[in-house]
Amino acid sequence: MKEYNAVLMLETGVYFKGRFFGYEGETSGEVIFNTGIVGYEEILTDPSYKGQIVVMTYPHIGNYGINYYDFESSSPKVEGFVVNEFSKIFSNWQSKDTIENLLKKYKIVGIEKVDTRALTRYIREKGSMRGIISHVNQDLKKLYKKVKQIPSIVGRDLVKEVSCKEVYLPFSLEYQKRNEISVYSLSKNLFIDVNATPAKYKVIVIDCGCKFNIMRLLRKYGCELIVVPADTSFEKIINYSPDGILLSNGPGDPEGIPYVFKTVEKIINYSINNNIYLPIFGICLGHQVIALSLGGETYKLKFGHHGINHPVKNLTTQTIEITSQNHNFAVKMEEVNGKLYVKGNKNLEVTHINLNDFSCEGLRYKNLPIFAVQYHPEAAPGPNDAKYLFEEFIKMIEKKFTLIRT
Amino acid sequence: MPKRKDIKKILIIGSGPIVIGQACEFDYSGTQAIKVLKKEGYKIILVNSNPATIMTDPEFADATYIEPLIPEALEKIIEKERPDAILPTLGGQTGLNLAVKLYERGVLDKYNVELIGAKVEAIKRGEDRKLFKETMLKIGLDLPKSGFAYNLSEAEKIAKEIGFPLIIRPSFTLGGTGSRIVFNEDEFVDAARNALQSSMISEILIEEYLNGWKEYEFEVMRDCKDNCVVVCSIENFDPMGVHTGDSITVAPAQTLTDKEYQRMRDMAFKCIRAVGVETGGSNIQFAVNPENGRIVIIEMNPRVSRSSALASKATGFPIAKIAALLAVGYTLDEIPNDITKKTPACFEPTVDYVVVKIPKFAFEKFRPVTDDKGFSDNFYQILGSQMKSIGEVMGIGKTFKEALQKAIRGLEINRYGLGGDVLNEEKMIEKINSLPDDSAEKQKFLEKLRYNLINPNCDRLFNIRVALKLKIDIDEIYNLSKIDKWFINQIKEIVEFEEKIKKFSLEKRNKEEFVSLIKEAKKYGFSDRQLSNLLKKEEKEILNLRVEENILPNYKVVDTCAAEFEAYTPYFYSTYEGIDNVSVLDGKKTTQELYLINESFTFSKKAKGKIIVLGSGPNRIGQGIEFDYCCVHAVMAIKEENLEAIMVNCNPETVSTDYDISDKLYFEPVTFEDVFNIYKTEELISKKTKIPLLGVILQFGGQTPLNISLKLKSQNVKILGTQPENIALAEDRELFAKVLTKLKLPYPAHGFAKNYKDALKVAKRMGFPVIVRPSYVLGGRAMEIIYDEFSLKDYLFKLFEETSIHPDVSKVVIIDRFLEEAIELDVDAICDGDDVFIAGIMEHIEAAGVHSGDSACVMPPVSLTKEQIDTIFKYITLLAKELKVKGLMNLQLAVKDGTIYILEVNPRASRTVPYVSKTIGLPVAKVATKVMLGYKLKDLLKKYNFSQEKVFNLKYYTVKEVVLPFQKFSNVDIVLSPEMRSTGEVMGIDKNFPLAYGKSQFSAGSEIPIGGKVLLSVNNKDKPKILNIARELKNLNFKLVATSGTADFLLKNGIDCEKVNKLSEGRPNIVDIISNKEVVLVINTPTGKGRSFSDGFYIRRTSTVNNIPVVTTIEAARCIVNSIKELKKSYDIFSNKINFEVSSLQNWYKS
Repeated sequence: MKEYNAVLMLETGVYFKGRFFGYEGETSGEVIFNTGIVGYEEILTDPSYKGQIVVMTYPHIGNYGINYYDFESSSPKVEGFVVNEFSKIFSNWQSKDTIENLLKKYKIVGIEKVDTRALTRYIREKGSMRGIISHVNQDLKKLYKKVKQIPSIVGRDLVKEVSCKEVYLPFSLEYQKRNEISVYSLSKNLFIDVNATPAKYKVIVIDCGCKFNIMRLLRKYGCELIVVPADTSFEKIINYSPDGILLSNGPGDPEGIPYVFKTVEKIINYSINNNIYLPIFGICLGHQVIALSLGGETYKLKFGHHGINHPVKNLTTQTIEITSQNHNFAVKMEEVNGKLYVKGNKNLEVTHINLNDFSCEGLRYKNLPIFAVQYHPEAAPGPNDAKYLFEEFIKMIEKKFTLIRT
Repeated sequence: MPKRKDIKKILIIGSGPIVIGQACEFDYSGTQAIKVLKKEGYKIILVNSNPATIMTDPEFADATYIEPLIPEALEKIIEKERPDAILPTLGGQTGLNLAVKLYERGVLDKYNVELIGAKVEAIKRGEDRKLFKETMLKIGLDLPKSGFAYNLSEAEKIAKEIGFPLIIRPSFTLGGTGSRIVFNEDEFVDAARNALQSSMISEILIEEYLNGWKEYEFEVMRDCKDNCVVVCSIENFDPMGVHTGDSITVAPAQTLTDKEYQRMRDMAFKCIRAVGVETGGSNIQFAVNPENGRIVIIEMNPRVSRSSALASKATGFPIAKIAALLAVGYTLDEIPNDITKKTPACFEPTVDYVVVKIPKFAFEKFRPVTDDKGFSDNFYQILGSQMKSIGEVMGIGKTFKEALQKAIRGLEINRYGLGGDVLNEEKMIEKINSLPDDSAEKQKFLEKLRYNLINPNCDRLFNIRVALKLKIDIDEIYNLSKIDKWFINQIKEIVEFEEKIKKFSLEKRNKEEFVSLIKEAKKYGFSDRQLSNLLKKEEKEILNLRVEENILPNYKVVDTCAAEFEAYTPYFYSTYEGIDNVSVLDGKKTTQELYLINESFTFSKKAKGKIIVLGSGPNRIGQGIEFDYCCVHAVMAIKEENLEAIMVNCNPETVSTDYDISDKLYFEPVTFEDVFNIYKTEELISKKTKIPLLGVILQFGGQTPLNISLKLKSQNVKILGTQPENIALAEDRELFAKVLTKLKLPYPAHGFAKNYKDALKVAKRMGFPVIVRPSYVLGGRAMEIIYDEFSLKDYLFKLFEETSIHPDVSKVVIIDRFLEEAIELDVDAICDGDDVFIAGIMEHIEAAGVHSGDSACVMPPVSLTKEQIDTIFKYITLLAKELKVKGLMNLQLAVKDGTIYILEVNPRASRTVPYVSKTIGLPVAKVATKVMLGYKLKDLLKKYNFSQEKVFNLKYYTVKEVVLPFQKFSNVDIVLSPEMRSTGEVMGIDKNFPLAYGKSQFSAGSEIPIGGKVLLSVNNKDKPKILNIARELKNLNFKLVATSGTADFLLKNGIDCEKVNKLSEGRPNIVDIISNKEVVLVINTPTGKGRSFSDGFYIRRTSTVNNIPVVTTIEAARCIVNSIKELKKSYDIFSNKINFEVSSLQNWYKS
């Protein structure tokens, strides 16, 4: 009996045998684990996972199939997918396809029957590391050699691979016509009514790999969205005369995208110098970008935060929210007189901290409508506890209008 | 927020006796709460009537009251102890109901006591269906269509509006008592009437029946700052319609998308906030329409529940402990997560395994009295909205398949996985499969199978498997059963692999392929027993191969975080994942890599040695919480000796499976294979740590570990205490008779038979009545007293029919002479090899013939002489030495005409150990454990400042009374018999026997009347005995009514009484006056054997349904009368209240 026909080789030479699943081939990337029990459809399609092989710690993946409504971008973005067991059938009223068909369709290499817990514990102890999944190459020594040659995620620009190539209006008919998947996933999600409010505010989304749910929620709260590529210039952005700017999530190391945080630096300086009220909201990578653009520093976490159960304390209200997280880097903090700031800039107050490892989870620019969180208030997957942040962003934008009126 | 300092003393209410719907999960939650609150510096007062609980151990609370859980007793305790607060949310429905009653009586205000955890308003909003519905509608949550009714005509109107099918639920009941699903008008009227009766406030909810909808549960916690978390989601395998307690459930939810899950989570939080549970845990149930995803909220429990215990065990998140801390003011972020130590409790556990819970039933004990016409033969086993299961088992596995097969093994129903393990079943499937499709036999079989899929019963898992084997496809099975296709497909994958195993031909393959097959099969959860059958090999061969090839499972940690953080809690489950597919490029696995895969290697206490304690598996009648109590004590004793205590058990309700109790917990079935695997693994660990494995203790886990003891010993597993062969010597009646003869000890004549002819010969030799039973049973299964030849024939016919279905059951029948009207005694003793210590002699209240587990008893004995006690001591010493007892032993004796007969000896812990321990104030199981570890009784008693004399010179009396689940099983005769049917027990303690007895009755739920009308109806044999009782009742100002025979007899003897019609004598009759609650007490002794619709049957059934105390033995009647006499002395005429004194155990011990 030939039980195992695929292998996951790690850069330390530890390897896991398994069975091939999805697209037959070979793939490589940084191996990270995600502890969410649900949400694989969102995870597969979240652009932040670019460059990464995702290990699901929950053993049964694919139970509720794929429904395409829950896509977080137009296609799966992970480099590879590691599970203990994928479901051969699906059972949910919404689902349209099996996970296996999805992976085949989008050429995503997967492996199942892996002891994902042992793998997770290994990564937890040694840190996230490079790995290679192969269905075709069973020569372990050759794979080991190959895995050593995979470029590290540190300092690498992965954003350019997932950012849009040109400006687009995600809720326009024209965009939807071009992109079949988005018809389901972006505007027709069953749980968010994107047409709840008429579009009143013009918000620029700087797309570093923006998740659909950020756009859905902004639209739901009344924003008209203009999504621009990550390398869009400061001038071009300002020329849109936006009511607000959203810095999206995205993959990899924020240090790898100096062009983005330099643009953001210019935007912020421009608004400060010209006394222009311009609300800016950063999410995940966007959070790190704000910190870097204002003199902050980031560092790589040992194995990152990937899951939907991270407790975050809101230092303003002293309450806790359970959050969805997906990042490998974090913003450095320092304590001054019992108060937390982003290291390097006393104007950036820390507003949220992670209760698991006390890392920085949120910041706010003193007296300016600029704020950001490291986690994912848009959920998808994960709890809706932090949706209030979108409301805060909208309130900031609304304030602009009252300012103008008065 | 830090803990509250304005509270110093907290009263915790326990949940009382084990009943269907409320089991030892509340001992687990209460014990956790007491431990943690005491640690926080609070003074804890506990009240619970159940002596078998760990929480009522005097060492836990500061003051422990074993008193009836009735408002009168609670008020007395509050008056005496003056607590600042009451924590009612850990005592199940009982705790909540009591809290509401205390509030309504003004007791809380009077003594200025605060309810913490949940306020009265919140309890009402959660429990009162009407208020709940209003509250949910207000916050915009969807509910099933419904209406409330207070009488039949209102009910009918609502039914018309909603349309059938409907579900009817009475308000304020437990375990779904009285709720029913109805599909037509006729069924509706009947059900509505019953439900109106069983509701405390005669209110019923009539609801849209969500036929085939999926059911989910969320365990939610909230703190005083309004932080909310979901601890666990649970998906029911069974669709709506089967009570959650009877459903197979799976954690986490399997078939919800993230969006659906999060929506349910949001709804759950909205619900807990609106209901207003300020702090603590709640259980919220949802139903989902599988066609369109519509989610409706079904109900919420504003307290810790059975599901919370399951969720705690499933995730490692200690809900009760955290709930207790939240109740005193902490917030979730202030409480550390025990498991990770570094992260706070304010997070949502995530798991990387699957948990399956399967309930355990005891239908065989509750066959209804029926003529069997018009019903399917198992109609009474159909699962519905009224809970009927008596225990549950949980299996943890990497995959659903592994967890499911493990849970089946743990159930102890003679199944070792999902199929392939029972040869008869396999033969039957083969036969049906070989028949042509149009054959009548096949048609009939399929018809029955389809019926069983539509009407779920406890065999539904096996029925689905059989259906799949008969090529019925997933879609059809789904259409019949409405069980989610994902689950059916999982079962199908097991079946497909089973076929693969079957097809594997050993001759044509090499060993490597065989090994690889076994490894793969193990990952699907197949047991050695299944494999041996499927491969046509001996089980031992499979085992030997596994040992040779080192195919042992890995043990992984239940850590709340899917390995994201380091775990410090040694709580393990086995899985075969990773046994063969993790490697390092060059060479062997390093120690570190090995630890990553098999995590049990990473935990070890620094100790002189380690000991494995085997638990008792799922609760069942005859083996329940009492054995878990003993196991927990064994663990505590081992820890006290600085040894590592390793616990093995699979019952999620228990204290023993709390990871806090032992040094290492293996949450595994207590079968030979699973225990052997653990033993082997611990041996391997010993090699590395140099901490020796001293052995296994199996005498505390009831019959479960004993059943595998000889097999374990044959595999060189070291057994501590009395050796298996000596235990077997006492269990085997034939061998044991030889022992008794050798020791010249008296015992009733006995014999064995394998067929009717032999049985009759034996019975005639000793003379009727005889007591018959199959060998090797616990809880008196199928034990009966037989008075004549005809009944004997009938009995044997039924028994052999049953054994043909369960081939594992021995066909030997034991026949004993029945000692009529003898006093029965139960004795618990400890022997250390030299000395014997009698921990307690219990005198049964009912005469011999009622199973010892079902009869009430008193300590100290009230009718034994000093000489008789000496004789008993002598007998025990002789037996203990002969059986080389080391540890506990239990004897059952009968005293008839001055002679003491030995009925039975069990060289193991008995059901009565906790009751005896509470009575004498000595932790008997602990002492026994230490004896097994080599201590001498003399030294131990000195250490505990205890002596043999103390046992016989108690200054108080305790009475143990049982509770029976007859209300849940319709048409079952409630007469006590040699077949045990009680689910739990209570204890009454007071200065004299009648008062203690009275308290025990209140605790057991039957209110002793002070005045009113008593119905007497006794058999001819008992008539002379009833005279005194009747006279006493008259003297106590009771009015008497009696059925004709009894009435005539009383009148003839000058006792005035009213005559009441029997059923055949016209109306109003006995049933009418009972239903109308005209009588306050019923004394009825059976005229013959049950199983028929006699007048007696209707008297007893009607009384039970109407909650009127009914006594079925003369002895109990006598006790009741004596108690009434005592209680009347202190009866408070002004408040119309029973007025008895309460005192804590700690105080009694001082007396």
